[in-house]
Amino acid sequence: MALWFNKHLNKLMYTSGALLVIGLVFLVMGDSAIRDITFILAALVAIGPILQRAWSALTVRSFSIELLITIAVIGALIIQEYTEAGIVTFLFLFGAYLEKRTLAKTRNSIQSLLDMAPNVAKVILDGEIVEVDIDEVEVGETVVVQPGGKIPVDGKIVKGKAQINESAISGESVLQNKTLEDEVFSGSVIDTGYIELEATKIGEDTTFSKIIELVEEASERKSGTEKFLNRFAQYYTPAIVVLAVVVGFISQNVHLAITFLVIACPGALIIGAPVAYVAGIGNSAKKGVLVKGGDTVDRFAKIDTVILDKTGTLTEGRPSVTNISIYNDMTEEEILALSASLEQVSEHHLGRTIVKEAEDRKLKDTDVKVTDAETIKARGVSGIINEDTYYIGNKKLMDEQNITIPEAIINDYISEQKEGQTAMFITKNGEVIGLISIMDRIKEDALEAVNTLRERGAEKLVMLTGDNRYAAEKVAAILGLDEFHAELLPDEKMAYIENEQNNKRKVMMVGDGINDAPALALSDVGVAIGHGGTDIAMETADVVLMSDKLKKLAIGYTMSKSTFNIMMQNTGIALITVVLLLLGVVYGYIHLASGMLIHQASVLAVIMNAMRLMPMNRKDNEEEISVKEAAAS
Amino acid sequence: MKTNLRTDDLTCPSCIKKIESGIGKTKGVSDVSVRFNLNKVTVEHDDTVTGDELKSTIEKLGYPVKAVKTTA
Repeated sequence: MALWFNKHLNKLMYTSGALLVIGLVFLVMGDSAIRDITFILAALVAIGPILQRAWSALTVRSFSIELLITIAVIGALIIQEYTEAGIVTFLFLFGAYLEKRTLAKTRNSIQSLLDMAPNVAKVILDGEIVEVDIDEVEVGETVVVQPGGKIPVDGKIVKGKAQINESAISGESVLQNKTLEDEVFSGSVIDTGYIELEATKIGEDTTFSKIIELVEEASERKSGTEKFLNRFAQYYTPAIVVLAVVVGFISQNVHLAITFLVIACPGALIIGAPVAYVAGIGNSAKKGVLVKGGDTVDRFAKIDTVILDKTGTLTEGRPSVTNISIYNDMTEEEILALSASLEQVSEHHLGRTIVKEAEDRKLKDTDVKVTDAETIKARGVSGIINEDTYYIGNKKLMDEQNITIPEAIINDYISEQKEGQTAMFITKNGEVIGLISIMDRIKEDALEAVNTLRERGAEKLVMLTGDNRYAAEKVAAILGLDEFHAELLPDEKMAYIENEQNNKRKVMMVGDGINDAPALALSDVGVAIGHGGTDIAMETADVVLMSDKLKKLAIGYTMSKSTFNIMMQNTGIALITVVLLLLGVVYGYIHLASGMLIHQASVLAVIMNAMRLMPMNRKDNEEEISVKEAAAS
Repeated sequence: MKTNLRTDDLTCPSCIKKIESGIGKTKGVSDVSVRFNLNKVTVEHDDTVTGDELKSTIEKLGYPVKAVKTTA
């Protein structure tokens, strides 16, 4: 029976609507008998599914809106208000129909993410390419992905190369070049190229599945406001029935009591908050920002203090050569090639940085014959080329080797250090010939992100780092941060956060999620920068940025603020509608049918309002600041 | 075993309760969760129950099921 009603819901609605129109025609023509019969029929046709739902909700001890409507319509029929009974039932079905259509749109933001999940995989079995269901792929099997194809599982490329769109994972649509040994993620799409990969993670273990799981959970995790409204509705509906009876008794006016029942329906109140969260969380996820639930949205929106880790968060986390000073007649290329040759033996990250820089610049002669190459721990390297002895290293190494450094070069060295650079001397036969500076570059979008955060309401931006003071000072100055604290141990970071919280500040901590895990857990909102999604980061944090772009942080913050605002607006719209309707009824301006119409309009209004949180232009999923600005204001 | 069922759009929050208690009563079912916003029902159960049985239970409650997928 229930299924039958569901299947024929639209037909019942159309029939009821048609009968109403016929009834209205006879109303104008003044034939009261036929008019009444058509209105009664309209009510009866439409009441079926409403009655059925009211009943099945009652069987699980839940008082539904349908129950209120059913009582009201039966009451209206008894007191011979056939016109109103017909109109109310039709409007209820029609409203439910519109609600379902629009609700599906707000859910689209999540649905479209789910739709990115791959279904089939092409696997090499016994030398032949076989198409199998995604669940049948085993770890270690070789999977083939052709141009335009979706990568079905996480894996490592064993053959071929390709340009890959990883937007399902990171929200970034910039193509990634990947080749042998590189990791690829399920849900990404190959733009051009061809790869064969070895499956490393399958099924629910893939990064994409985990993202989906998190988003699914987030979409159901209720905020405080939602929980309150749900509890409220549980008592509200039966209370309205009782109140209607009381009103009926006191006023001796059944019509008033029935009207009261209909207009007090909590429709907009119940749906207003969830639609906002679903639209907001879904849209954020699509842009590569996972916000874990409505409660996180609320806390995120209220943040006033932002604490940022330095390495890997504000900076790229990959040091690079920023400056080379030369004190003899060699060219920059020659010095770099020479240094790279000597640093070949080095395992230290500074040494690797120099080698990489030379490789990136495609310098030749980086492997000239070096004899007696040797690393000097925590100092640098040494080696002999063509009977010349070279050293590359820090001040300590120079002192130990009794190398005298001219004052001009010392001044260069100090000013480089003050810039936040790590500077290293290059010497040839006891004489300084160059100074090479290395720095972890500030992320391109860091300044923009910091400014956006400030604009959106973050009052205090602080950098906490374990790194040295010079490096920290420089970064803080460039980004215009309010405070920075350097050379901190993890527990000192925690103490700082606790102190801020004791001062009634709402603290957000942004870090790479692994060594910052305790601080992330302690703060009001922990944001992990987890490119490709490291497991620990994704689990401990409240918000996960799916790429290392800091811009995502600003997007998430803006989006949460907008979502919170829309949620509040919706709750406001719902409450004001109910109050106005009640007043309208009491003072006799509003009757059954008009009350129903306004009530349904308010339900649609809150859904439409939530739709403002969704992307307007699907192609442009990077920047929608203007849309969000509209929602935020 | 775990079965995921995709239903027609769920619109009323009371649907959650209805499906959860309806499926929860089925023998062999150990856990059921309804994801309202995703129109998705996830059921943990043993091999005495099949996905099709779960589907028909949910449909009897009034919610057409669009897709069923059972994994071991």
